[in-house]
Amino acid sequence: MAFAWLPGAAGDIARGAVTTILLIAVTTLAGTFLSILGAAGRRNGPVLLKRAIAWYVEVMRNTPFLVQLFFIFFGLPSLGIRLDPVLAAILAMTLNMAAYTIEIVGAGLDAVPPGQTEAALALGLRPRQVFVKIVLPQALKVIYPALTSQIVIMMLESAVVSQIAVRELTYEADMLQARTFRSFETYLVVTLVYLVLSLALRRLLVTGGRRVLGAGVS
Amino acid sequence: MIEFTFWDIVRNLLLAARWTVLLSLAAFVGGGVVGMVVLFFRIAKNKWSRRVASSYIALFQGTPLLMQLFLMFFGLPMLGLRIEPWTAAVLGLTFFASAYLAEIWRSGVDALPRGQWDAGASLGLHYLQELSLIILPQAFSITRAPTVGFLVQLIKSTALTSIIGFEELVRTSNAINNATFEPFKVYGLVALIFFVMCFPLTQYARSLERRAAH
Repeated sequence: MAFAWLPGAAGDIARGAVTTILLIAVTTLAGTFLSILGAAGRRNGPVLLKRAIAWYVEVMRNTPFLVQLFFIFFGLPSLGIRLDPVLAAILAMTLNMAAYTIEIVGAGLDAVPPGQTEAALALGLRPRQVFVKIVLPQALKVIYPALTSQIVIMMLESAVVSQIAVRELTYEADMLQARTFRSFETYLVVTLVYLVLSLALRRLLVTGGRRVLGAGVS
Repeated sequence: MIEFTFWDIVRNLLLAARWTVLLSLAAFVGGGVVGMVVLFFRIAKNKWSRRVASSYIALFQGTPLLMQLFLMFFGLPMLGLRIEPWTAAVLGLTFFASAYLAEIWRSGVDALPRGQWDAGASLGLHYLQELSLIILPQAFSITRAPTVGFLVQLIKSTALTSIIGFEELVRTSNAINNATFEPFKVYGLVALIFFVMCFPLTQYARSLERRAAH
């Protein structure tokens, strides 16, 4: 094994890592928002919407992320929807993550006792206020650990978006190994970078969650 | 350019899907066997044994599967082994599966009351007998739903082996797409084939979960 190439490659690896972090940051925000809408729609929406959300969840959960990505990036242009690689990657990641987190958020909503809603309504809050201010914060607190795991899983899965030439960490690794002819060493280093990223992301989410959502979040 | 009719595409995809199924089964069985070994280490009395097994699991759960496959594909030749995509794919997915299965089963072992071990010991069973006669059967039985759930994840994960050059469903679909320029149809069909493979298993896992809840 030889690592003489490493000092010269550190910049590329760092740039790739930053892109990976940005991708997962945007996906986390968009995915969580979408799954809150989805979970609420699945509980309180009209029948057709409920059914559509249920099917969406099943389709996304029972097909590979790579195929979803290819379908969005290569398939959608034939419907006239052309996305650049970064947008396609973010869309695919968000839609994929939401399919898992809709169920998670839903479980959290179910875990909030109905008495909370009744009490809030009795205090004169409007239904939307009840959801946003009373039910949702409690639900998020319950499901936060599961949500954290899902975000880390998505970060690891995002390695695949290198296949549509998004210049994230794996893409930089592919380019580096083509240049250095040190494939194993390159992927070893980048794998370790991913390991550090996933550990750091989990740590960040746990401490951040504890601060925002209060104690009891682990 | 070669003309592909709709049925040509479907036939080629279904032929390729055989490799997806075979790879999933091989990795599931292989992962089960290696996972058992990891499980033994993970629940052993020796602290260092447990620590090694936890690190093994954390390593596979904390890095992308794609990187694991690349390391297999490029790493094994450095050990002097001639390696083809099929070998790299099976080995890579086997180790990946072993870590997840060991962790799933470990949760089953942990869920059993302490009294099960004590009862086994008071009957005069030694450690291996306790494990094989009392602990593991119950641990497997209560973790059947997540085990099937993981099989679904494994089937979907085989898609990544297309990237290291294994000719399964997704790699074949890329080739067909390059010839037909009909990505919407081709990837739609691929998604459908995966769905047909995974959905019944997902439903089965769900029914197991419901049965366990009652």
